[in-house]
Amino acid sequence: MIQRPDPEGFRQWNRKKNKRLVNKLMTEEEAIERFVKSGDYLGFELYGTVRCPMTLTRALVRSGKTDFRVAGQGVHELDMLLATDRIREIDFTYIGLEVYGVDSNVRRAVESGKVKNVVEWSNAAITWRFKAAAMGVPFVPAKSMLGTDTLRRSAAKVIECPFTGEKVCLIPALVLDVGFIHVSRADKCGNSQIDGISGFAFEMSRACRRLVVSAEEIIETDEIRAHPDRTIIPYYLVDAVVHAPYGSWPGEMAGYYERDEEHYKMYVEKQATAEGMAGYVQEWIFDLPNHKALLEKVGMDHLRSLNIRGDWI
Amino acid sequence: MSEKYSSSELLICLASRIMEDGTTAFIGTGIPMLAASLAQSMHAPNLVAVFEFGGTGAILEKLPLAVGDMRTFNKAVHASGICDIMETSQRGFIEYGFLGGAQIDMYGNLNSTAIGDVLHPKVRLPGSGGGNDVGSCCWRTIAVMPHDKRRFVQKLDFVTTPGYLTGPGAREEAGLPRGTGPYRVVTSLGVLGYDDETKRMKLLSVNPGVTVEKVVENTGFDLLLEKEITHNPPPTDEELNILRTKIDPDGLYR
Repeated sequence: MIQRPDPEGFRQWNRKKNKRLVNKLMTEEEAIERFVKSGDYLGFELYGTVRCPMTLTRALVRSGKTDFRVAGQGVHELDMLLATDRIREIDFTYIGLEVYGVDSNVRRAVESGKVKNVVEWSNAAITWRFKAAAMGVPFVPAKSMLGTDTLRRSAAKVIECPFTGEKVCLIPALVLDVGFIHVSRADKCGNSQIDGISGFAFEMSRACRRLVVSAEEIIETDEIRAHPDRTIIPYYLVDAVVHAPYGSWPGEMAGYYERDEEHYKMYVEKQATAEGMAGYVQEWIFDLPNHKALLEKVGMDHLRSLNIRGDWI
Repeated sequence: MSEKYSSSELLICLASRIMEDGTTAFIGTGIPMLAASLAQSMHAPNLVAVFEFGGTGAILEKLPLAVGDMRTFNKAVHASGICDIMETSQRGFIEYGFLGGAQIDMYGNLNSTAIGDVLHPKVRLPGSGGGNDVGSCCWRTIAVMPHDKRRFVQKLDFVTTPGYLTGPGAREEAGLPRGTGPYRVVTSLGVLGYDDETKRMKLLSVNPGVTVEKVVENTGFDLLLEKEITHNPPPTDEELNILRTKIDPDGLYR
């Protein structure tokens, strides 16, 4: 098991977290500098290229921090970390390009042995690992993975249920050192709203020692308080808030913008070879100092052409 | 193969025809999305499409490109998250589940994890994703894949997603929910089911222009044959018209 359950330790950590409504707004560089260290266990919340925290990921790659362990229910962000050799171990569920097929970055990194340890899970299992952590318990029972090699190569265990006598799979809690979530709107304290489906943001945000949130828009706390039912992530879970319009680019953001299909197709071609990918990372991450420079390089006219509703930026 | 339609279009139509009106189907990326959309336009307007990351009951007007994109909750009845969907499946609400994989065996087990030894893989594949969960908890699963000997194999390199595992009773013995398991395999050559007694894969029908011998030749394990193997009708003009004009006007799957 890459990261063992420790509900008692997590309770003590959470007791010490700051419960005051304070301003946590900062740049992506500052958030990475302050809250991430080499060797940390990281998690990213997204689905494919949807609501992917790419601004935070680029800053993470640029920071030079490395030797990470990650929960691999990711796609686009893990490509950047795999291509720059930042990942040592993966709790693996799905890393692929969906309709565009197998991911060449993960092939190169795993087949060469650069990633030292791969542990298999299903999508439900890794999400229930977050849920167990969010519940404050060491595991939750489930009916997935049973009877398969996925189970044998996972760190889950099977027991006989003391109530029904049937076999159940025990899914161990997973607490992240640092979580990264891109949201629709947040206030400067970290209260966050997500439009559309919320994936596993609810569970993962409650399973992090430190949580960095980036948001398309920063709104007033009064707006949060006017619609408290819209808050998916309350402020006390959050350590840093980064204002990142188009923070999921080249992926999409429900209610804001579509995926940049033109850029993504170009990316799919580049990632097919190690050289192509190295060139991509150089051009789109290392050669740019920050998110603002990226937006300028992509061009606001082009970005606005991806908008679903035109009035937000 | 007739020039009137592509192999993808045939797979989409065959998968679509299996879906019933008024029931639930767990939809994955690609062909199942088009099949669900076609079924909604044809015989199953009340088909409830369920997507892994939280979309339930979408009206599939535009083709989603991913299981989490905003088209998966277009005019939907609910936009929740992955726990809600997986737990809904685990407590028995989802009838059909669609699956794919690089390899399938005679019991409908699927490999989407690795070719070769998983610890030193020849090819690292994308992994289970939600596949294992769909194969574990949906009532009836339908695999959709091209049909050849590299894919229809005697022994999987890795069992990512459970079919009938090692045969009758094996799912229950492993602790999987009772009464669940593989139902159909829709392939480029025909439609296959499973023998009730042995849980082994059985050829039910062949696609236009395909012989039973051809299916047997392209299968790497002993295939059971239904007593009367039927012929699948080709895509109708109405199906093709809806696919090409409404569902996939850009021709991504032509």
